[in-house]
Amino acid sequence: MNFDDAFGIHPRALMLRSQRAEVIAGNLANADTPGYKARDFDFHKVLNQEIQGSVRVRTTNQRHIQPDTGPIPATQMLYRTPMQPSLDGNTVDTEQEHTAFSANAIEYQASLGFLNGKISGLRKAIRGD
Amino acid sequence: MSMFKIFDTAATGMSAQSLRLNLVASNMANGDTVSSSLDQTYRARQPVFRAMLDQANADAPAIGVKMAGVVESQSPLIKEFSPDHPLADEEGYIFRPNVNMVEEMANMMSASRSYQSNVEVASAAKQLLLATLRMGQ
Repeated sequence: MNFDDAFGIHPRALMLRSQRAEVIAGNLANADTPGYKARDFDFHKVLNQEIQGSVRVRTTNQRHIQPDTGPIPATQMLYRTPMQPSLDGNTVDTEQEHTAFSANAIEYQASLGFLNGKISGLRKAIRGD
Repeated sequence: MSMFKIFDTAATGMSAQSLRLNLVASNMANGDTVSSSLDQTYRARQPVFRAMLDQANADAPAIGVKMAGVVESQSPLIKEFSPDHPLADEEGYIFRPNVNMVEEMANMMSASRSYQSNVEVASAAKQLLLATLRMGQ
């Protein structure tokens, strides 16, 4: 049994969530920068792509490990459609980014909860009591 | 772990906003600084922010912010006829800075709100990171 498979989708989801938090943090930091365009990516789409089309390196030994998934591909990094574009060309809507950030944080904690559940399940199985 | 980059990004936001607050304080403190010539008079200063695109590749998810420079307001100075003023020039005029107090107050509120939102982002990231460190315990 492989620990990578034991945790299922959750480690990847957790990584993507933290990357999304990073993107939104960048948007919030640039809330007053003239000409800055708010960015984001479609979490569902990127996760699906990583599961289906991810590059799996051929392993010839049990101890070989799969490479880390890199940054979000440039084609998936999209720009937000502004609801109220401002005169200086900035498209960051602080309220929208705040809600996106906190929703993402809650989903991160949910992923973390799933992982914790998996770990305690595995631990129970290992101890056998 | 990419979560650590959030702290850097939020920190750039905080330092940019605190510089902006600094400029607001400077403008308000000098709001009544009169002088006897046009070129010696204080002019309102405003920051110019720029995204840190040059330090990272274009695909980097987190982009910080930095202060690209400070510009002086081009609006006209206030020329006031006051011959009794000790700083009055030969014709009896003094010059007041072009600081608009109402504008500065609004600027101050906007800067402090932006600062707060960066602090909130950093503290949320800290909580998530601490929860991650406790994973499996």
